[in-house]
Amino acid sequence: MLRFTLSRILGAIPTLLILISLSFLLIRVAPGGPFDSEKQLPPEIEANLRAAYNLDEPVVQQLGRYLWNLAQGDFGPSFQYRDFTVTELIAGSFPVSLRLGAMAMLLALSLGVLAGCVAALRQNRLADYSVMTAAMTGISVPNFVMAPLLVLVFAVWLGWLPAGGLGDGSVSHLILPVITLALPQIAYIARLTRASMIDVLRSPFIRTARAQGLTPLTVLIRHAMKPALLPVVSYLGPALAGIITGSVVVEQIFGVPGLGRFFVQGALNRDYTLVMGVVVFYGTLIVVLNLMVDLLYGWLDPRLRR
Amino acid sequence: MHRAVRLLIPVAVVFAASCGAPDETAQPSSAPIGGASGTELAAVQVLHRGNAAEPQTLDPHRAEGVPESNILRDLFEGLIDASPSGELIPGVAERWERSEDGRTYRFTLRADARWSNGDPVTAADFEFSMRRTVDPATLSRYASILFPIVNAEAIVNGDKSPETLGVTAVNERELEIRLNAPTPYLLGLLTHSTTYPVHAPTVTANEGRFARPGQLVSNGAYVLDEWVVQSHIRLRRNPNYWNNDKTTINEVWYYPLENQDAELKRYRAGELQIANNLPYNQLTWMRENIPNELRIAPYFGSYYFGLNLTRPPFAGNRELRAALAMAIDRQIITEKVTGAGEIAAYGWVPPIAGYAGQQPEWAQWSQAERDAEAERLYAQAGYGEEAPLTVELLYNTSENHKRVAAAIASMWKQTLGVNTRLVNKEWKVFLDTRAAKETEVFRAGWIGDYADAYSFAQLKHSTNVQNDSGYKSDRYDALLDAAAAEPNPALRADLMQQAEAQLLEDLPIIPVYFYVSRHLVKPWVTGWENNVMDQHRTRHLAILKH
Repeated sequence: MLRFTLSRILGAIPTLLILISLSFLLIRVAPGGPFDSEKQLPPEIEANLRAAYNLDEPVVQQLGRYLWNLAQGDFGPSFQYRDFTVTELIAGSFPVSLRLGAMAMLLALSLGVLAGCVAALRQNRLADYSVMTAAMTGISVPNFVMAPLLVLVFAVWLGWLPAGGLGDGSVSHLILPVITLALPQIAYIARLTRASMIDVLRSPFIRTARAQGLTPLTVLIRHAMKPALLPVVSYLGPALAGIITGSVVVEQIFGVPGLGRFFVQGALNRDYTLVMGVVVFYGTLIVVLNLMVDLLYGWLDPRLRR
Repeated sequence: MHRAVRLLIPVAVVFAASCGAPDETAQPSSAPIGGASGTELAAVQVLHRGNAAEPQTLDPHRAEGVPESNILRDLFEGLIDASPSGELIPGVAERWERSEDGRTYRFTLRADARWSNGDPVTAADFEFSMRRTVDPATLSRYASILFPIVNAEAIVNGDKSPETLGVTAVNERELEIRLNAPTPYLLGLLTHSTTYPVHAPTVTANEGRFARPGQLVSNGAYVLDEWVVQSHIRLRRNPNYWNNDKTTINEVWYYPLENQDAELKRYRAGELQIANNLPYNQLTWMRENIPNELRIAPYFGSYYFGLNLTRPPFAGNRELRAALAMAIDRQIITEKVTGAGEIAAYGWVPPIAGYAGQQPEWAQWSQAERDAEAERLYAQAGYGEEAPLTVELLYNTSENHKRVAAAIASMWKQTLGVNTRLVNKEWKVFLDTRAAKETEVFRAGWIGDYADAYSFAQLKHSTNVQNDSGYKSDRYDALLDAAAAEPNPALRADLMQQAEAQLLEDLPIIPVYFYVSRHLVKPWVTGWENNVMDQHRTRHLAILKH
């Protein structure tokens, strides 16, 4: 197990290096630059700026400099938000994204598994059909349609919840973004759980458990849940990726100051260092989380533990 | 059951906790606004304003955009300030004298001007600050706006030291500014953030990072209290501001809101009292439902299409340029396509005091007459039904630009039979393409930096980096150079008017409309006045009881 973990960690380093180098080159190849604006700069001022950010060096030298600084934990100054370093921006916005993402994930898992179990136990009955219809709707409606709709109903018409922003940081500001972010995942997880639960409930060991006289609920919790959750766990990786990419859109629509919003604004502004910072950070995060999912899988399925 | 229950509890707790939070921005009560007298103030003086985009910086010398300027006007005060209606009024300078040749100004600073930490604001602060703006090490992207000041250009280019700038503190309260030529718009320029004073000791101690809450010492009506990037910037009243007695609002929040639909929703939900910009597609709804909250006013900006004069088909083909300019029905554009009250434009400089905007003769004709003349010119340029013009029209991706471009393409098609290829590009790519002159027809817009026609006129000078048409007219350049050296305001305006007339004769650009500013302001926010520079300082506003 330890060797497996170590080899996965070492294997992640070249992956990240390739990711960093490719992104670094790609964003510089993109037309337009960080200093383009409606008011064009006199050539001398632009030259000063390029020199100050080392953009006058060959790209390979810039990449080397970037990697060297990165190794020391320095993401560099932001091109766009000139009073802040990229490290400060990530440190300020990641907790917001983490809170949003964690709540969405928690909501997706709890509601998704619950709805999936209910549907499986009531297979082909009204409860099953309504859960599956709701799930289908959740998967089909894109978040950029769902978000304004929720705002219109709950913030503008009913006035129950804030329409956007983070305000004083109270949870009420996060409810709509969390729901928007979680909805497609709830739907997906519910469908996964239902299918796998129906499968498991038909297997011989469940029949044995029932024959011993256990109640259906005990059978479900004690015997069927663990094997039925395997596909859900393997879906956690993609779900995380889905929530991270979803947060890019949701944060933009709700004006939530998270990392996803910086990614979008950074790309639009050609803020090279900020985009790179978010890429490196999210890249590392996804590699680490995938590693954790692998370990969790080993715990759930003893056959993989060797 | 255990696992499922454990998963559910945190969610339930989290959601229950949030429902009890009272919303401070509740719906208005039924009492009349402003109480019985109509002027009674609300107990809570906290203002929430939409502000387009996240500021790039709150260092006044490095800022360049409108969102930054909106906040900086609350934080700082320059030598000259502006009234709610946009008239220039004394700021930190209480009076000034101009030399006879118009090249030297001497400002006397008010004795009671204070920094937010209590230090007096001195002439040396302004000397330090303007030197800092032009110092190449500051990396100011707007330093060129100070080029009228002696040696400014040479300092920015690295040829002279910042100490040689023509700004001198004569004594603690007297500041002298020396100019290369009479610059009648200097006073307007001195309301621009590049001329704001910064507090030398704190700037020197935290170079590059002084514009932060807790560190930024400012001299305006407000101080920086909190800055959560991409969320909000909160300013708090500055008790040391010399005119603090006249300030009513205690706290102001600025929100970066790029999405206009989202901004409108937050305004309707009562989270904003001022919406900065409005979606065009909701104008009808706003006119029907909240007409008295809609503030639309002429804005010192021009929406136009540029023609690339450096290559075919427009190089050396004035007839074709004029034909395309005349075949656009601007009434339809402003009434049916944009529809916020924009002003149909036939000239380049938007309406502004002290200047008579120019128009070509055909501006007075009916559209039918224009179309007929356009057809004649089009044929004269060598085009017609058998040999129609095919042209590319470039704009930056945006719903509004797309609608205007499509309308114009269809007018050209109907009147002249021109085949227009509409090309949209993402903002930065668009800017690159336009600056590289790899264009035929391109969209452009310009907002004046200061309330003077020269802010527009200089753009079309052949040496200006912003001259994307590649327009080069010796007469235009000569008239503009003469205007820059002319101390008499009337003669100067006349020279610029002649230059504009020349520009409209040559038509390197096709004017379409003059901008309007579009805001929503809650009825209980008082003190708001429309002005052509669209500047609304928070210290002029107040919140009535509602």
